[in-house]
Order: sequence, then structure tokens, then C-alpha cells
Amino acid sequence: MPLIQIHDLTRRYVMGTETVHALRGVSLSIERGEYIAIMGPSGSGKSTLMNLLGCLDSPSSGYYELNGVNVAHMDDNELAEIRNREIGFVFQSFNLLPRSDSLHNVELPLIYAGIPSDERREQAVEALTNVGLADRMHHKPNELSGGQRQRVAVARALVNNPSIVLADEPTGNLDSRTGEEILGLFETLSRRGNTIIVVTHEEEVAQHARRIIRIRDGLIAADEVNPNPRAAMKFAAALSAPASS
Amino acid sequence: MTLVSEFKESVLIAWAALRANKLRAGLTTLGIVIGIVSVTLMGTAITGLNAAFKKSLAGISADTLFIQRFSWMTGETEWRMSRNRRELTLQNAKDVARLATLVSAVSVESQGGGTVSVGRKQARGVWVEGNDEHSLMVRGLSLSAGRWLTESDIQAGRPVCVLGSYLAERFFPYGGVIGSKVKLNDMNLEVVGVMEKQGSFFTGFNLDNQIVIPITRFTRDFARFPDFTIMAKVRDLSQMADAKEELRGIMRKLRRVPPDRDDDFAINQQDALVNFFNAVGGTIAAVGLFISGLSLFVGGIGIMNIMFVSVAERTKEIGIRKAIGAKRRTILIQFLVEAATITLGAGILGLVIAWPLTLVVDRFLAAEMPLWLVGIALVVSVLTGVVSGFLPAWRAARMNPVDALRAE
Repeated sequence: MPLIQIHDLTRRYVMGTETVHALRGVSLSIERGEYIAIMGPSGSGKSTLMNLLGCLDSPSSGYYELNGVNVAHMDDNELAEIRNREIGFVFQSFNLLPRSDSLHNVELPLIYAGIPSDERREQAVEALTNVGLADRMHHKPNELSGGQRQRVAVARALVNNPSIVLADEPTGNLDSRTGEEILGLFETLSRRGNTIIVVTHEEEVAQHARRIIRIRDGLIAADEVNPNPRAAMKFAAALSAPASS
Repeated sequence: MTLVSEFKESVLIAWAALRANKLRAGLTTLGIVIGIVSVTLMGTAITGLNAAFKKSLAGISADTLFIQRFSWMTGETEWRMSRNRRELTLQNAKDVARLATLVSAVSVESQGGGTVSVGRKQARGVWVEGNDEHSLMVRGLSLSAGRWLTESDIQAGRPVCVLGSYLAERFFPYGGVIGSKVKLNDMNLEVVGVMEKQGSFFTGFNLDNQIVIPITRFTRDFARFPDFTIMAKVRDLSQMADAKEELRGIMRKLRRVPPDRDDDFAINQQDALVNFFNAVGGTIAAVGLFISGLSLFVGGIGIMNIMFVSVAERTKEIGIRKAIGAKRRTILIQFLVEAATITLGAGILGLVIAWPLTLVVDRFLAAEMPLWLVGIALVVSVLTGVVSGFLPAWRAARMNPVDALRAE
């Protein structure tokens, strides 16, 4: 059974008297362990698709099954629970809590999941160690470099063992070398079996994925396998500790 | 997510948020501090006032029935009808004391005004009481020195007196009052006792500007045909009505009132006065608390305002938290706790300020800050935070995560 099954998904926004059709009927199926890039220029609907995939938003119509559960008609609180359990977000602007240190930022999903404090501390430490930040646990975001911040964000995305890691322009705010580092991290995660969806408008970033979905005008324009994905492994090896799970 | 850990996390967040905005939180707190101070002070003043009420009421003895010629509640027509009533007599008092079973003590008294002098010092308009040996107990008085009138003082009509504390201090500031001689009008009297300080009655009437002489002496040398009041202390407050009925029967018999005629005397009691005091006290309390509550209300509006700002500022944070799995309830609790933390801090600060102020007020008016008032003040401050924080917190909780994340 596929991890994600989407059928004829649409999303309309009403803006004043106008209705904007951001997605006009998208059907898609994603298997567990895939590494996918969703591409498209701005205004194509790729952000809308990402918001729907990430359960941040509900579709106007259509069917969305995530890990065997139909989430298309869930309410706010149910979606929050699904996000907490199934999805790890990595954002372009990192979106860490500025006043909390790395450890607390990574712990946050576990707090909302109701995990007891010693257990969640342990898991958060492990997640930070896995992204090579064992020595930065008590640093606040403004004491970290951009790449380190994004690695904290990746650790936070992974700490709950989600079904999907959903990354929205994850390298957009990083220089190319640090961007490569993050992409290398994704590669490692993908090798370990994590499902990764990267939303980007950069061809170079998309080329790292093994499947590329192109969106244009609210529809899927192309959905193809990337025959030879670019490797960023030379950084990845240095970054991650041996897999623990 | 369990409520407990949610709450713990919220407290930590609130603390961090407040620390990040110390000045702002401090200024906002000020409104609540002022509110709590004024409410607390009003509370202490009211408690003090009530204590003073109670003391005064004890002074005028709520458990006492007053047998008199006239009712306290007479209108003018009744007054004309009853003004020809016969006076009560000392013998009446003795008979009542002998016959009544539901009362613990009976005394007789009469009042007037006179001038007291010692040497050249003079006090005019002194309240003169003719009392008997039971009056001390029935009137609920106590002595600070000497003794009360004895049975033999009364029987013999001895020229002795008991002074109110005000008179004693005025005439004998250096002590030596017992055994001294004072003059009431033209009467030479020996001081045998001094009453304990009673303070002023609400009307400003000085209860300590009083001299007590034997009732027999009173009728002989002070007022020839006085109006007596027979005071009967009821054994049990719950039997007030029965006791009144019993006394009525006794008095009718003593005064030979035919069965078809109305009473030619009245039995008064303090109910009306007590009710009046309670009503006045209640009104003062309500108005006072309302007015001081207004300042708390204004403080609450300040909190609401600042919480709206806080929510707007942290829209992004709310978005992040929601994306990561915070439910509406979680966000709601987070901001409610933040608001309540501000107001609780303000409440504690307010109490710290109000406490010494209470001591100052206490010098003018009996004021106290009982523990329950402290508890109420803290509960009220937390409630103010929760109530005024609710709207902003609700707005935060209902935010759409996509929009919130987009905020800068």
C-alpha cells in the first residue's frame, strides 16, 4: 500500500470577489522510502500542494490518504495530531524557536506527543547527535550558523520518527556548500529508509532526488524518475553518525 | 499530550516570554498591581469596618430586650396615643427579675445628662446612667479598675460612681482615680470603679464620656420622675421571641392591663438597628469593592491589550508550534498561562505593597489583612489574567498554521 495516495485534489482560495484555483486536481501516489522533489515556479501551486501534503491545510475537494488514514476532512486538532506523528517539517527559514536552545527545539514535537521528559531528552540528544550537533545542544539558534540551524531543524523533523520528511526550499537560505551538506543529510536519511519530499524551484536541488514531480498552473506537468541523481555524499559521510535505527 | 506537561511547558514559555519583555511586562503589571492594592485595601477596610460594627453591636447588646414606656418605632399618632402611659417602676424591675424564666439577668437603668467636675475641671454634657448591680453584666461592660456598684450600694443609695475611661483619664491623668471624689451637678460622689475603653459609637457619640451612679441615688438626687428601662438579657438568642412573649405576659400582669386593652408599655430590641447596620455595611462594602474593582478592570484591559500584542508578535512561533503538532488547546493554555503569570506576579506584588499600607490604615481605622483576603486577592488576580487573556489566546489558538507560518 502506498504511503501517500492523492486523488483529484483541489484547493481554491476566495480572495475578496475572486476565487483563486491554486490546485486544479492533482492525483499522486508515493511509496514508502521514496526521495521526491516537487518543482515548479512560484505561483505554480507547489506550496499549496506542500501545505496539503503536510496536513497544514485541508483540500477544497479530493481524497488524501496518508499512511492508511483519510485526512482530507479532518479538523484542526486531528490534523495537529497527524502532523505531530506523521510529518517532520524542514523549512526554508529554519523556523526554530529563537529563545530555546537546540535541545528544547528538538524536544518540542515529543512534548506535544506527550512523551515523558527523560525519554524525550534521550531521543532529542540522539537526534542531534545523528546530525552531528552533539556539541551544540545548549546553543540557541542565534549562536549557530545557518547550516547548523538547518541541521537542528532536520533533527527536530526526525525526532518523532515521522512517515515523511517534508522540506520546503531547505537550501534556500544557505550558501551552496552548506546547502550541499543538508542535501547530503537527506541522502543519508533516504538511504536509511526515510521518505523525503523536497519542495524547491532550484533544478540543482531537485536533481538530488530520485523522482521529480513538476507542477505548473495547479496541475502536475510531469512526474518522472530521475535516472542519475546527483550525489552529495562526500559531506554526508562526514556529517552523520552510524545509523542507530 | 497530557495536561500536566502541557501546563509545565506553558509556564516555561510564559517565563521566557516575560523575561524577554521585562519592561513591557512590568508596565502592564502596574495596572493590575494598582488594582490589587486598591481591592485589598478596600477589603481590609471593610473587614475592619465590620469588626468595628460587631464591636459596637456587642456594646448595644443584641441579646437584650428593653422594656420601656415607648416603642422605638412609634410614629407620631402612636406617640400621641401612648404618651399618657404610666411610668415603669423600680418595683416592676424587681418583679420581672423574680418571674421571668427565659432571661439570665435583669437590670434597671435610667439616663440623663449632667456636668461632672473635679476641683476646677469641668465636663459638661456627660452621659449619666442610673444603674443597678446587674447592669455591668446586662450592658456587657467591663471594668479596667475598681469595682462595679454592689447590691448594698443600690439599697442604701450610696454616693458612689463608676467613671467611663474618657472621664477618668481627663480628670485623673496621673492615676489615683479610685477613691477620689467627683461632683455630678451638686452631688458629691466617690469613684469606686473605672470602665474599660469602649471607643466611639458610629455616630461619633463617645461611649466613654459616661458616669454611672446607683439607680436609687439617681431617682433621689438627679431626676425625680425618671423613665426607667428594664433590660433583660435573654439566656439563649434563639429564644428571643419566646422571652419577649414571656416578658410581655409578666408586664401585663404587673401593670394589670385588662385583656381587651393593648399593652401600655413596649418591649424593644436591637434587631432593627442590627439590620440597619448590616444593610449600611453591605452597601459600603459593595460600593467600595465596585469602585476599587474598576481599577482592576482597567488593569485587566491592559493585560488584554498586551496579550493581543504578544500574540501578534509571536504569530510565527504559533505557526511553528502548530506545524509541529500543537493543538488549539495547547496554544490556548500557553497564552492563558502567560497572562495569568503576569497577573499573579502583579497580585503578589500588590499584596506586598498593600500589607504595609494596611498597617498605616490600621492607625486610623481598625484594618486587618486576614489570610482569606490574601487568598482571594491571588485568586482574583489569576482570574483577571485568565479572563482578559482569553480573547487573545483564543485568537492565537484558532490561527491557521499556513498563515501563521508565513508571518514574519
